[in-house]
Amino acid sequence: MAGLGGRMSTVIKAKISRLLDKSEDPGETLDYGYQKQLELLQNVKKGIADVVTSKKRLQMQSQKLEQQVVKLDTQARQALSQGRDDLARAALERKTLAQTELQSLDAQVAELEQQQEKLTENERKLRQKIEAFRTKKEVIKAQYSAAEAQVKIGEAASGVGEEMADLGLAMQRAEDKTEQMRARAGAVEELEAAGTFNDITEIGPPQDDIDRELAQLGAGTQVDDELAKMKAEVGSGEGGASKKSLEEGGA
Amino acid sequence: MIVRISGEGQYELPDTDSERLNELDNRAVNAAEQGDETGFRELWSQMLELVITDGTELSGEELVESDVILPPRDISFAEARGEFTGEGLIPD
Repeated sequence: MAGLGGRMSTVIKAKISRLLDKSEDPGETLDYGYQKQLELLQNVKKGIADVVTSKKRLQMQSQKLEQQVVKLDTQARQALSQGRDDLARAALERKTLAQTELQSLDAQVAELEQQQEKLTENERKLRQKIEAFRTKKEVIKAQYSAAEAQVKIGEAASGVGEEMADLGLAMQRAEDKTEQMRARAGAVEELEAAGTFNDITEIGPPQDDIDRELAQLGAGTQVDDELAKMKAEVGSGEGGASKKSLEEGGA
Repeated sequence: MIVRISGEGQYELPDTDSERLNELDNRAVNAAEQGDETGFRELWSQMLELVITDGTELSGEELVESDVILPPRDISFAEARGEFTGEGLIPD
């Protein structure tokens, strides 16, 4: 039966037997394999921790943006109450950009969150398998340590060896996936760190960035609408409560 | 016939399934070679179903070599292309 498998199976079997070819003393191989698995598991764990750190930084960035949105809204109202429509418009334009940025950031965080859960689940399963492997290898070593059982240990080890090699492949895959995720999280973080919105509340013209200009084009009507709405609000409360709240907002 | 699903465990299947499984296996690789992701997915899930429905899962206590080893259940199309069609970027 062996060797009759289809192409997929043949490729994987070849991979596994290549991993096993190196083994001379089965007992030693099993111990070494177990150590190797533990090391790989540590790498996976470390990778997940890095992804979590990236995610947390992005979440903080997102909170900062939320505060900026509130602040810009307040500033727009202040500008309006002082008859500075131009400033109010500028503030609202920036608010719209900040909101767009916030949406994309939140989507990235959600995606990272989802990936992190998958990686963690994967890590948990692998840890269980490694633990099971440890028990198995001890049983084998105890059963077949006598010299006369050399042949038997060879046979038994080929089964457990396959298991070990397969576990090794699974670990390698988990590590690769974690590494990809870590790289992606890092890239998103860098992008945010170099973000175009950091200076959004500062006085002066916005950065000459095509993306931003395009976004502004799209945001134009939204800004017009919001400005009109705000004007109505500010106008209707003139001299009363709204003036008081504006003073508070500016403090 | 002993079939392993990589990263998961081993199943004992009647020998009569061997031909069917190999056929699906080779067709899945063909689909991957032709860039037919839908076809690959379909064949791959048929393979998994065959193993899981017809097979009996071996307890972790038994130590046997597999006759057939299948890739991990959640293998991606890109991985399959890379691994099985010789179109992978990194030969191993």
